[in-house]
Amino acid sequence: MTADTGTDAGADTPARSLLAALAAEARAAAHPRTPATACACASSPLADREDATVVRHAGTVAKAHAADTDPAALAHRVATAARLPGVLLPPLAPAPAPLHGRLVTLWPYGRPVDPDDPDAAPWEAAATLLARLHRTPVPAGLPAMRGPAKAARALGRLRSALRGTPHAAARPVLAAWGTLPAWARAAAPMPGPPALCHGDLHLGQLVRHPAPDGPWKLIDVDDLGAGVPAWDLARPAAWYACGLIPPDEWTRFLAAYRQAGGPAVPADGDPWPALDTAARALTVQTAALAVTKALTANRPLDEVEQAVVDACARMPSVPPQGPRPPRPVPGLPD
Amino acid sequence: MQCPKCHAPMHTYNRNGVQIEQCSGCRGIFLDYGELEALTRLESQWSQPAPPPPPAAPQAYPAPSAPAWGAPHGGHGGHGGHGHYGGHHRHKSFGHMLFSS
Repeated sequence: MTADTGTDAGADTPARSLLAALAAEARAAAHPRTPATACACASSPLADREDATVVRHAGTVAKAHAADTDPAALAHRVATAARLPGVLLPPLAPAPAPLHGRLVTLWPYGRPVDPDDPDAAPWEAAATLLARLHRTPVPAGLPAMRGPAKAARALGRLRSALRGTPHAAARPVLAAWGTLPAWARAAAPMPGPPALCHGDLHLGQLVRHPAPDGPWKLIDVDDLGAGVPAWDLARPAAWYACGLIPPDEWTRFLAAYRQAGGPAVPADGDPWPALDTAARALTVQTAALAVTKALTANRPLDEVEQAVVDACARMPSVPPQGPRPPRPVPGLPD
Repeated sequence: MQCPKCHAPMHTYNRNGVQIEQCSGCRGIFLDYGELEALTRLESQWSQPAPPPPPAAPQAYPAPSAPAWGAPHGGHGGHGGHGHYGGHHRHKSFGHMLFSS
């Protein structure tokens, strides 16, 4: 069968040929001994964004990474996933392969969190996986975690969108960004002893494998690397701070992370000195993307987007909570 | 089952033991016999122990700490955990924010 990619079958655009080629890759990996003509399964695009195109065929998922992906860095990240199968979804192929000018990786399909049911978010599993990731020694040669770089990119997009049209909500977002320390803006190396970080945790980054009821795993290694582990806790922290998730969900997440010995926050007491900078940065990133989307669609911010912008507006008047001094490692001299 | 209004598939959710069918298309909700009463009962159980509105009032349970730049109704738990955007009204952007970079 031909690949059913759900796109306009008439136009042989580069995007369409990439989708078709990805579907063929996924199909070939899903049924290596079956000729293409004998396969009756459909291929479905899971994502088609600027930074990634993802196609599923039966139990296999093929991902074309962003055009500007560093090949050596991606190879390191995929190899790290292969070495940590209890935490990260392991790849089907050990190394990325070029296809239509993009790097492609192959993964087993895992069942994601239902986007229509965020109440079912596996907060404990997410926190435990992060704690285990953060406790893993950073593999030699792994590049830096890309969280701050992605925040900086979101601000870049906002500034580009503002060139055409000013927007009142952009000012507090840009002002809050300006109060962040250089490392959180990707303008300086990250401080502290580096931990192995995911770099882009959200509820779309968790799947159950084997589907549908296997254990939860983290997916998407594009931003994986060495860095400040609080960054991985900071999105749920920002959602809680902005009122997007209720206190009990944040408490469950934080308690499970501590229970699993995660090093990003002290084992007890106030976690906010460790989380404040990263939670601010991710709030600003979220607000920047929200304002950019509203600008592009020429629509007002909705209530939730406004809440995130309002949090940015309050940031400059609240002194930052500095990071705690490094915790002494038991058994080692100071 | 199919939504009686727009015919999109309906998904079943369990909330505190109450089965709720929600349409994946128009987001309409279908309740079986007695489920509305069960929800009302749960609602009254929820609202009874909630502390009175003044945010300065001492809390019966310690709320988790939150940064001062956060939403006043969010992290501080001043309203017994109600009032966050993820509660009874799932905004489109809310769902999007939790599932994207």
